[in-house]
Amino acid sequence: MSASKHGSLLQTDPHTKKRNAAEKRFRMYGLSAIAIALIALVILLVSIISNGASSFRQTYLSFPVTINAAEIEAAESALLKTGAYNKIIQTSLLTYLTENDLLQDIPEEDAFGMISDEAGATFREFILANPEAAGTSFQLNLLANGRIDGYFKGRVTAQTALLDKNVTPAQLVMADRLAEQGALVKRFNWAFFTNPDASDQRPEAAGLGVAILGSFYMMAVVLFLALPIGVAASIYLEEFARKSWITDVIEVNIANLAAVPSIVYGILGLAIFINFAELNQSSPLVGGLVLTLMTLPTIIISTRASLKSIPPSIRDAALGVGASKMQSVFHHVLPLAAPGILTGTIIGLAQALGETAPLLLIGMVAFVKEYPAAWSPDAGLFGEASTALPVQVFNWTQRSDPAFVERASGAIITLLIFLLIMNALAIFLRKKFERRW
Amino acid sequence: MLPLTVPFFATIGLAIVGYLLARRRALSVASGDIRVLNALPHQHGLNTALSTLLPPLAVMLIWALAVRIGASRDLVLAPQNPAFTYIALIGLSVTGFVLSLLRISRDFRARNASERWIMALLIFASTIAILTTVGIVLSMVTETYSFFGQYDWRDFFFSTTWSPNFRGGSDLGIIPLIWGTLYISFIALVLAVPVGLFAAVYLSEYASPRMRSIAKPLIEVLAGIPTIVYGLFALVTVGPLLRDYFAAPMGLGQSASSVMTAGLVMGIMLIPFVSSLSDDIINAVPQAMRDGSLGLGATKSETIRQVVVPAALPGIVGAVLLAASRAIGETMIVVLGAGAAARLSLNPFEAMTTVTVKIVSQLTGDTDFASPETLVAFALGLTLFVITLGLNVVALFIVRKYREQYE
Repeated sequence: MSASKHGSLLQTDPHTKKRNAAEKRFRMYGLSAIAIALIALVILLVSIISNGASSFRQTYLSFPVTINAAEIEAAESALLKTGAYNKIIQTSLLTYLTENDLLQDIPEEDAFGMISDEAGATFREFILANPEAAGTSFQLNLLANGRIDGYFKGRVTAQTALLDKNVTPAQLVMADRLAEQGALVKRFNWAFFTNPDASDQRPEAAGLGVAILGSFYMMAVVLFLALPIGVAASIYLEEFARKSWITDVIEVNIANLAAVPSIVYGILGLAIFINFAELNQSSPLVGGLVLTLMTLPTIIISTRASLKSIPPSIRDAALGVGASKMQSVFHHVLPLAAPGILTGTIIGLAQALGETAPLLLIGMVAFVKEYPAAWSPDAGLFGEASTALPVQVFNWTQRSDPAFVERASGAIITLLIFLLIMNALAIFLRKKFERRW
Repeated sequence: MLPLTVPFFATIGLAIVGYLLARRRALSVASGDIRVLNALPHQHGLNTALSTLLPPLAVMLIWALAVRIGASRDLVLAPQNPAFTYIALIGLSVTGFVLSLLRISRDFRARNASERWIMALLIFASTIAILTTVGIVLSMVTETYSFFGQYDWRDFFFSTTWSPNFRGGSDLGIIPLIWGTLYISFIALVLAVPVGLFAAVYLSEYASPRMRSIAKPLIEVLAGIPTIVYGLFALVTVGPLLRDYFAAPMGLGQSASSVMTAGLVMGIMLIPFVSSLSDDIINAVPQAMRDGSLGLGATKSETIRQVVVPAALPGIVGAVLLAASRAIGETMIVVLGAGAAARLSLNPFEAMTTVTVKIVSQLTGDTDFASPETLVAFALGLTLFVITLGLNVVALFIVRKYREQYE
């Protein structure tokens, strides 16, 4: 080979250059793959947060209201009680508007339309809770209509109001005047976490109260059932079972159950718990049972891993001083494996908390306005109809009013915060108690 | 329903009393000196408590099950008089209580006896996994059987139209649903497999420990996000974006929910799944193989492409199969992102639907469990179960076999 073909060692020849370029490109592919994944994560979070953050603040209308005992009595004996209270609110609002000369050219109906339909019920609850308010004048905070709320959040503008039969441009003008007056203010939306769901026409009143309670009940069922059953099954499989075809079947089975689509568990729940066992539809009990079966494989797999990580010397030492096999497991191995088991359980619970599909099939999509009791004589333990956080999100995405998209995103932020807390707790436990042998 | 509440609480009460009594009796048998006892007093107590509690509980469970099955076959197995149930169950409980108390003596091996009960509990717990599978299969097979009694199976599997009609005369062909499912899964995998694989390769071969410790958990955050969140993301952000910037200008469709929307979002969901599985597998390839290749003068990327990935290939295939099974069974993303129209089309910007979407839509709301329009959901569920089970079994087999190769 001639020297001219190879050149100097200090000079890279074209072939090496090509190889080095390929190397560089390959690295770039890898980096861009990671970048794609991280950008996707950022876009996902930004989109949800920017859509939902506004749901934590809500527009309230506050103005002085007067009511006397006679009016309360009349309203309480009326056929439509909230309607009667609505009338009183409207009179008070009208007085307030004329006193401050805010009404001007705007029709009265438009002014009344700015208050949420929920206001009558809110007012009634307030009066029943504070009977001493009768005969006095007091400042009342009432939810503003969803469109007015949307106006302050940039969802509604004068242009869209022209096309929208639920809001008029005049109402937006009035909203600006009231805001200037300080009568229309945005506040932190506590009601979002405590109110039950509201109907299609009242997005401003819709809250997560029932959903959070329902999710909490289900998590209680899952924790109470999946943890003991999962731990017991893992102990048997890991510590006692002799290798035989039966344990092989169980193991393959558990690995497969962990990968079965969640909706199949919904079908199971519908067929077994609702149709066969005739438990109540939409109840946290059935939801909890379905989620228990779904999280069991996760818990079993992580519990077995943490049992496996306990060195045999611990067992041998216990056996050596006369403990039975069962005692060595329950007195020594299990406490040492507890942090790992707990971490796995929390992660399993977090998974169950976000699960939606199986709950749709067991009827948790129903519209529930009553807070479910943990126990009632008719429905039994956790037997009353309820919804769950992720299902509430799904429910709201099915509504036509765009205000519900904001609510759904807000609900997701709430759900993600719960998940974040659970995962942080799991990581903290692992970091604090993890022991390398 | 059987009146089980009273016997249940009575049994528990009796068990607690039994525990205390047995402990006392063991102590008195030993005349206060527990060294002469073969087992500790509390082990005697435990044995009595479990002997009192477990047999009636087991009978309650089996009995309740039998009554339910009987009810579905129009047999009345529940006794008319609740007193019979009470006497039978509480009697069983008292028998265990008395017998175990009578057995207490200095030589009685209460530890072994109580551990036998505990063992029975452990075995029962581990059979629940089997029972779940049996429950899944049984519930779907029986309902599917009654579906095929009302609807021809050939039409179900080979008809290309899906138009359920609750007044009867429905076309329930699974082909458009399968097509939508596979199309969406395919798009998802086209995104997730290269991205996930490259991310895994980079993280395990190139990244510094510091970068790895930051990037890996961040990518795995994607795996911890519930699917409803992805669904909302598809519905609110990705769908309108694709429609306004791609589908509408190109004249491909006006629908925000489309195969593309669902596929892309599902792809994002699957990235961490593919990457963490492949990461494990790539890390399992022995270092000696890399060193050999590098020693021969190969660059790092050549080593990866020609040595590491081929060695890890079976495992990667297993990971992809698992991801495919995830994609096929995914529900919320397609419910919110793919649409509800059953359609056989190649245009990825058109709304199509999947097996899981139709299971949800046929089973939610007021359903009549005798009509084929409802029962078809069970046939769809069984089909889905069989497909994903097949993929999982093959994938787990490949992954497990591969793991052993280098151990």
